Amino acid sequence: MPRETWVLFRHGLSVTLRQKVGIAFGAIQPLLFLVLFGPIFATFGTWETLVPGLILQLGLLSTGMAGFGVVFDKRMGVLERLRVTPAGRLALLLGRVLNNVVTLVLQTALLLAVAFAFGLRAPAAGLAAGFVLVVVLGASLAALSYAIALTIDENLFAPVMSTAVMPLILLSGALLPMSMAPGWLDGLSYLSPFRYVLEALRDLFAGRYATGTVAVGVAVTVVFTAISLTIGTRVFNREQE
Amino acid sequence: MINTMGLSKTFKGGAEAVRGVDICVEQGEIVGFLGQNGAGKTTTMRLLTTLLRPTAGTATVAGHDLIGAPKEVRRRIGYVAQSGAMPPVSPVKGELELQGMLYGLSRREVAARAEEVLARMELTGLETAFPAALSGGQRRRFDIAFALLHDPALLFLDEPTTGLDPGSRANLWDLIRSLRADQGMTVFLSTHYLDEADALCDRVLIIDHGRIVAEGAPAALKTGGRTLDDVFLDITGRSPREQSDVPTGKEA
Repeated sequence: MPRETWVLFRHGLSVTLRQKVGIAFGAIQPLLFLVLFGPIFATFGTWETLVPGLILQLGLLSTGMAGFGVVFDKRMGVLERLRVTPAGRLALLLGRVLNNVVTLVLQTALLLAVAFAFGLRAPAAGLAAGFVLVVVLGASLAALSYAIALTIDENLFAPVMSTAVMPLILLSGALLPMSMAPGWLDGLSYLSPFRYVLEALRDLFAGRYATGTVAVGVAVTVVFTAISLTIGTRVFNREQE
Repeated sequence: MINTMGLSKTFKGGAEAVRGVDICVEQGEIVGFLGQNGAGKTTTMRLLTTLLRPTAGTATVAGHDLIGAPKEVRRRIGYVAQSGAMPPVSPVKGELELQGMLYGLSRREVAARAEEVLARMELTGLETAFPAALSGGQRRRFDIAFALLHDPALLFLDEPTTGLDPGSRANLWDLIRSLRADQGMTVFLSTHYLDEADALCDRVLIIDHGRIVAEGAPAALKTGGRTLDDVFLDITGRSPREQSDVPTGKEA
């Protein structure tokens, strides 16, 4: 199984890396927010508050939309061809997920590099811990995205996901912190698991590590990941009519 | 090589695509699987290749239990789907390497095997192309090359010549015959071209409404000076290329 995962990952990565522009393009929305909205935000807030939000936005847009790839492969018959090989179903899923995670890491690095140029100053340890959180969250979002892509009508995937992602981004307080929101909106945002992850990221970027917020963020990420990977594996194990 | 008893598939919506099919295919046979669109051909193929789980019945494919040991079955079979299976934007070479390595071959073994298979399929030199740049006949032969990389004992071809010009069809028939002649490969192919079954197959099975309604050597079925077309018409009441009048939920 590890070998199959590795073989699939390497193959997928070589295809991804052939389209370098595609990787940058996948990060275009958060980059635009950074460049065209960040300077306004910086007049009353800090880059260390905004950038974690943009990273979350990037994660949702990049790995959340990963399911596109499998919709495409399904249409082309590639998925079916791979399903007739002895490769394990879990390997078919994980090979893809790993590839999406590497893409997300490259995109996050790009976003951070630009953010540093604009004035972000976060401690190395906070950045490293943040990366770990992003990697784990990215993996679970990708797995969930595949599960959705293989469950709903493939023509609905794009409209459903792009409609779902936007409120999730707003509701997690990615663009403006929920501390600025009226009570009802603040309360509502506790329903989004990403709020907790985001607040943990903000603490990490501010150099606060041993806080309750970080602990809750990590716990939510772990639970979310366990659920997503379970669903993803189940769907990949299921027959595809 | 294939042995099924009462193999059935009822989809969740209630459509009974395959209803108690018994199939027996010996090693080295080329067997044609005939039926109209919607008769259950593709669903049966997808059951036999482990892509779908039967809702009833048992089957042994390539020496292993279809339900109990699908992985063992997968190691020994090749499957070429009707629609092909190559991503248009990725060079064929990388896809072949992935395919071979998923069967446990090393990169070097895949390269050697691919060279052999591509030569047999008359595709040498074309592996660096993008599928979008290949002709229909070349793409079809590449699809088959993918399925041959791991040297399967049993090859499933779902409507292999649909959409090909007459020259490419004849060429593909020769290639399929040579697989059996040189390697003793068993071939199970679905088609709705009766001339194809007549020219290529030792035996044909006719499926209609999810049931096998006739089987035998083409010559044995063509009694009384009838063509295989007439036989098909007599048995099912329709021509093989007509659409089925039975709604099955999806192309099955």
